[in-house]
Amino acid sequence: MLAYNATSMNSPAPAILTVTGLSKTYSGGFQALKAIDLEIQQGEILALLGPNGAGKTTLISTICGIVTPSTGQVSVNGYDIIKDYRQTRSMIGLVPQELHTDSFESVWNTVSFSRGLFGKAPDPAYIEKVLKSLSLWDKKDNMIMTLSGGMKRRVLIAKALSHEPTVLFLDEPTAGVDVELRKDMWNIVRKLKSEGVTIILTTHYIEEAEEIADRIGVINKGELILIEEKQSLMQKLGKKQLILDLVSPISSVPEALSGYQLEMNEEGSKLIYTFDTQGERTGITSLLDDLKSAGIGFHDLNTTQSSLEEIFVSLVSDAATEQPTA
Amino acid sequence: MNVHGILAIYRFEMARTRRTLLQSIVAPVITTSLYFIVFGAAIGSRIQEVGGIGYGAFIVPGLIMLNLLTHSISNASFGIYFPKFVGTIYEMLSAPISTIEVVLGYVGAAATKSLILGLIILATAAFFIDLQIAHPFVMLLFIVLTSLSFSLLGFILGIWADNFEKLSVVPMLVVTPLVFLGGSFYSTDMLPPFWQSISLMNPVLYLVSGLRWSFYEIAEVDVWVSMASIIGFLLLCLGIVVYIFKTGYKLRS
Repeated sequence: MLAYNATSMNSPAPAILTVTGLSKTYSGGFQALKAIDLEIQQGEILALLGPNGAGKTTLISTICGIVTPSTGQVSVNGYDIIKDYRQTRSMIGLVPQELHTDSFESVWNTVSFSRGLFGKAPDPAYIEKVLKSLSLWDKKDNMIMTLSGGMKRRVLIAKALSHEPTVLFLDEPTAGVDVELRKDMWNIVRKLKSEGVTIILTTHYIEEAEEIADRIGVINKGELILIEEKQSLMQKLGKKQLILDLVSPISSVPEALSGYQLEMNEEGSKLIYTFDTQGERTGITSLLDDLKSAGIGFHDLNTTQSSLEEIFVSLVSDAATEQPTA
Repeated sequence: MNVHGILAIYRFEMARTRRTLLQSIVAPVITTSLYFIVFGAAIGSRIQEVGGIGYGAFIVPGLIMLNLLTHSISNASFGIYFPKFVGTIYEMLSAPISTIEVVLGYVGAAATKSLILGLIILATAAFFIDLQIAHPFVMLLFIVLTSLSFSLLGFILGIWADNFEKLSVVPMLVVTPLVFLGGSFYSTDMLPPFWQSISLMNPVLYLVSGLRWSFYEIAEVDVWVSMASIIGFLLLCLGIVVYIFKTGYKLRS
C-alpha cells in the first residue's frame, strides 16, 4: 500500500496498552500495587525493574487475567481486560517466571494445545515456524520432562507465541539461565520486536534492561516510581566521572581545587572528578586549567558513566528514604 | 464461543486417558470381574434370587454406579487439580475462554471416559451373566446424567483441594461407603424397617434404584424420583461451578 498518513509520520506509536489507577490488595491485606498508571507503545520493549516483591509479577498477572484487580482499569488496543477479556487475552502472550510445563506432553502437543486454548484453528505450518525460530524443531517429539531448563523456557515462549499475540509478557525470562542462553534470549526478543510484537519484560538484571529495552520502568513497593526512555534516563540520571592518572602522587587535594569536590585514591595517584552530563558546563576545561596552574601533571585520563544498576539502586534507596516504614 | 479452546482441553484430557490406559480402563475391568467372582459366584450361590432376578444380574447396576461415581470424580478432579498443582493453570486463566467452556472441556472429557467405562463394565458383565436390559435408552440416560453430574462434582473437588489427600478423601470416604450402603449389592427389603428408612436418606440409593429399574423394572423408589434426583444434583453442581468461576474461588487471587 503506497498511501500513508503524513501527520502520523512523526507522531509517537499509538499506545497498545493503557493502565489507569491500577491497584491490587490481596485478601490478606497486602497491597501489591498502588494506583499504577502506565502506557505502552506499540512495538516497543519495556523493561520493568524492581526488587523481589516489588509488584512486577502482580502487575503482569493482572493485565493477563490471572489476578483480579482491586481498582483501576487496563485496556489493550482499546479493549477492557475485564469486559472484553476475549479480545484482550487473544492479543496477549505470557511467559511465566516459573517453568510450569506439562512434563508428560511432547513439545509439539503442548504448543498446539496452547494455540487451541487461545481460540485459534490448528496451523501446523505456523507451529513449525515458531518451533524452528526457537531452535526447538528437532525436539518437537520429545517429552518436556526430558528437556533442559533452557529448552523448557523456550517451550514456554513457543506456547506464548502459538496464538500469534501482538503483546508478549516475559516474566523474568532469563532468571537462572546461563550467559549464553541469556544472549540467545535477547536475540529472540529483538527478533520478535522486529516482527512488530510489543514486549514487556520484568527483570532483576539491569544489564538485561540496558541491553534490550527501549524504555525502563522501575517498580518498588507496588509503585511505579519511574518510567523513562532508556537513553534519556541514563543521560538524565547518569553521572559521568573523569579519572586522571597523575604523573606524581599527591598527599592531598590542593586548596585551589576544592571547588571541584575531587576525590583522591588512597595512593594519591588518581584524581576523580564527578560531573553531570546534563549540566550547562561540565567544568572539565577549567579543571584542567586549574590543575596545570597548580602544577599537577597527568599522563592519562578516562571517563566512565554510571550504569543503570547504580541508577536503579539510587532510585530504590531514595524511595525507601522518602517513605520510611513504620 | 471458543470452540477450539474447548476441543483443546477435551483432547488434552482424552490423551491423558490414553497415556494411562492401565489405570483408566484395565484396572476397573479387573476390579469388576473380581466383584462378579466374589459377590456373584461365591455369595450369589447362597442368595438365589433378589426381587425375582439372579444375584449376579442384580448387582450389575450397582457395579456400574460404583465405577461411574468413583471414576467420574477422580478423572475430573485430577484433570483440574493437576494444572493447579504443577502451575500450568496460569495458561487457562490467561486464555480467552469462559467458565462454561472450561467446564465443557474438562467435564465433557471426564464424562466421556465414564460413559466408555460404564459400557465396558456392561460388556464385562455380559461375560458372567445373561444380561437383559428392559429400557436401554433410560439406562443410557442414567449413565450419561450420572457421569456428567459426578464429573462436575469431581471438578469442584479438584478446585477445592489443595493437596492430594483432599483429592481422594471424598471418593474414598464418602462416595464408596454411600455406594455400598445404597443397595448396590442388596435390596433394602432385606434390612430391618429402621435401616430401610435410613437408607432412603442415601442419595446414591436413588441412582442405583433408577439404573436397576432400566435393567429389570424393579426399584426401591419410583424411577421418576430417581431421575429428578440426578437432574437436581446436576443443576446444583452446575450452580457451584458457575459460582467458582464468577468469584475466582481458589483460582484467581
